Amino acid sequence: MSVLVIAEHNNKFLKSSTLNAVKAALEINKNIHILVCGFNNDEVAKQASTIEGVTKILQVNDIAIEHQLAEQVSQLIVEISKNYSHILAPSTTFGKNLMPRAAAVLDVSQISDISAIISADTFIRPIYAGNAIATVQSSDPIKFITIRPTSFEPVESFGGNASVESIPLKLEEIKTKFIKREESQSERPELGSARIVISGGRGLESADNFKLLNEIADKLNAAVGASRAAVDAGYVGNESQVGQTGKMVAPDLYIAVGISGAIQHLAGMKESKIIVAINKDEEAPIFGIADYGLKADLFEALPEISKELDLLNNIVK
Amino acid sequence: MKILVAVKRVIDYNVQIRVKSDHSGVETDNVKMSMNPPDENALEEALKLKDSGVASEVVVISIGKEKSQDTIRSAMAMGADRGILIKTEDSIEPLGIAKLLKKIVEKEQPDMILLGKQSIDDDSNQTGQMLSALLGWPQGCFISKLGVSDKKISVSREIDEGLEYLEIQLPAVVTCDLRLNEPRFASLPNIMKAKKKPLEILEIESMEVDISPRVKYLKVEEPPTRQRGVMVTDVKELIQKLKYEAKVI
Repeated sequence: MSVLVIAEHNNKFLKSSTLNAVKAALEINKNIHILVCGFNNDEVAKQASTIEGVTKILQVNDIAIEHQLAEQVSQLIVEISKNYSHILAPSTTFGKNLMPRAAAVLDVSQISDISAIISADTFIRPIYAGNAIATVQSSDPIKFITIRPTSFEPVESFGGNASVESIPLKLEEIKTKFIKREESQSERPELGSARIVISGGRGLESADNFKLLNEIADKLNAAVGASRAAVDAGYVGNESQVGQTGKMVAPDLYIAVGISGAIQHLAGMKESKIIVAINKDEEAPIFGIADYGLKADLFEALPEISKELDLLNNIVK
Repeated sequence: MKILVAVKRVIDYNVQIRVKSDHSGVETDNVKMSMNPPDENALEEALKLKDSGVASEVVVISIGKEKSQDTIRSAMAMGADRGILIKTEDSIEPLGIAKLLKKIVEKEQPDMILLGKQSIDDDSNQTGQMLSALLGWPQGCFISKLGVSDKKISVSREIDEGLEYLEIQLPAVVTCDLRLNEPRFASLPNIMKAKKKPLEILEIESMEVDISPRVKYLKVEEPPTRQRGVMVTDVKELIQKLKYEAKVI
């Protein structure tokens, strides 16, 4: 039996979360297939075929499935599921949306957002916003799993030489119509996989003040994140939210600015290697998990950081 | 239009949870319990549709212990018309919950089912999608906007890249994000009124649904704790530490 990984992509390029999912798959079995479905996705299929350790790519290339709606992709997964012992997807909004749908049709209980693999049927997953860690064992004949990308190092995107097999599309008609997608345009690294993340909270006080973070992010080649409070207040878009109901990040360096540190926010970033907290309230819970804390007015500290980084860069140059 | 809203009783989001010393789970005795936060948003959205005359009835359902009646009563105090509790002492997996909800849907025939996108206890994020699959209905998940017109809804979904807009034919399953709306508070007169609203209690055995567990919790542990680090005096020191001590910039 093989393991199937559902590729996350936008018909142009493969998302890095797929590499994390392949890493998890390889811990279960050495025979890995990847499902790439979409339209005009030859380039994605090619990228998938060179991933380290992958043996076969199943490609569906059809305009009917261009937007990869959950109602469609889940039908395909169900269709090919009998060949697999495990079916994995990243626990991004992409994977979360479609995997339970396929699992339910097959009468299988999904295991969401695993952070480690103990054996082929036993997994570790955080619950209660990461405040408890459960070890769970599945008795279902097929394991449906979403993996937490930050818990599995990405495999190399080269070195593999998988065959690409085109599979035909037979879909039942669906009652959902795709209208449009509004994606935030940014030159900065992706929040979920960036090496450095700088996040702002309510303390930033306005959308305009996020410029102070952006300036530092550009100097550090960092992604910009936010607490839920900052997103709710409209300072930045929902795609920037780090936390229990947003994105999980685990960069080498996480800088929390004007974020008090509600457990829901900590859930999304406490696996970061180094955490820096900048807050004017020294009682803020964020200091309790920070490696380096700075009690300061962020409106004074941020421009200073920017200046210090310039000095540092000049010395290095 | 008739709307069904599924709500779950969970440990209140402000409570710092404690893992049981025998590692069998999380302590729930003598702990403040509340309605799962995104379920409140689901309910609020249904009530707004009722306020505006789009919905004629809002039925709230919960599956859980006897005490889940409290959660249903708070939903009725917010404005739901009636409640259904499927009573069980066991913890049921999302797949089992979806099957139980399907049974209720077949009986109640709602036009739309609203749920929270995930519950803050086991963070599974599965029930709505599973219910939608079992019913063969379309789904709109993680939504932050809902528009209803004749036999159709338009939703904006919060996705990792930004927002996705869909148009979905009814009947449909919708799962709600916290940003969808601001849930209302129940007024004292409405809390009193809610006590008289009908609440049907069903025993789980009477549902004739296979809810056998597929996932066994072998143990539940505390996460590794992070040590509090050091406070630096100024920005200069911070940058020096990041550069030469942590070596991350």
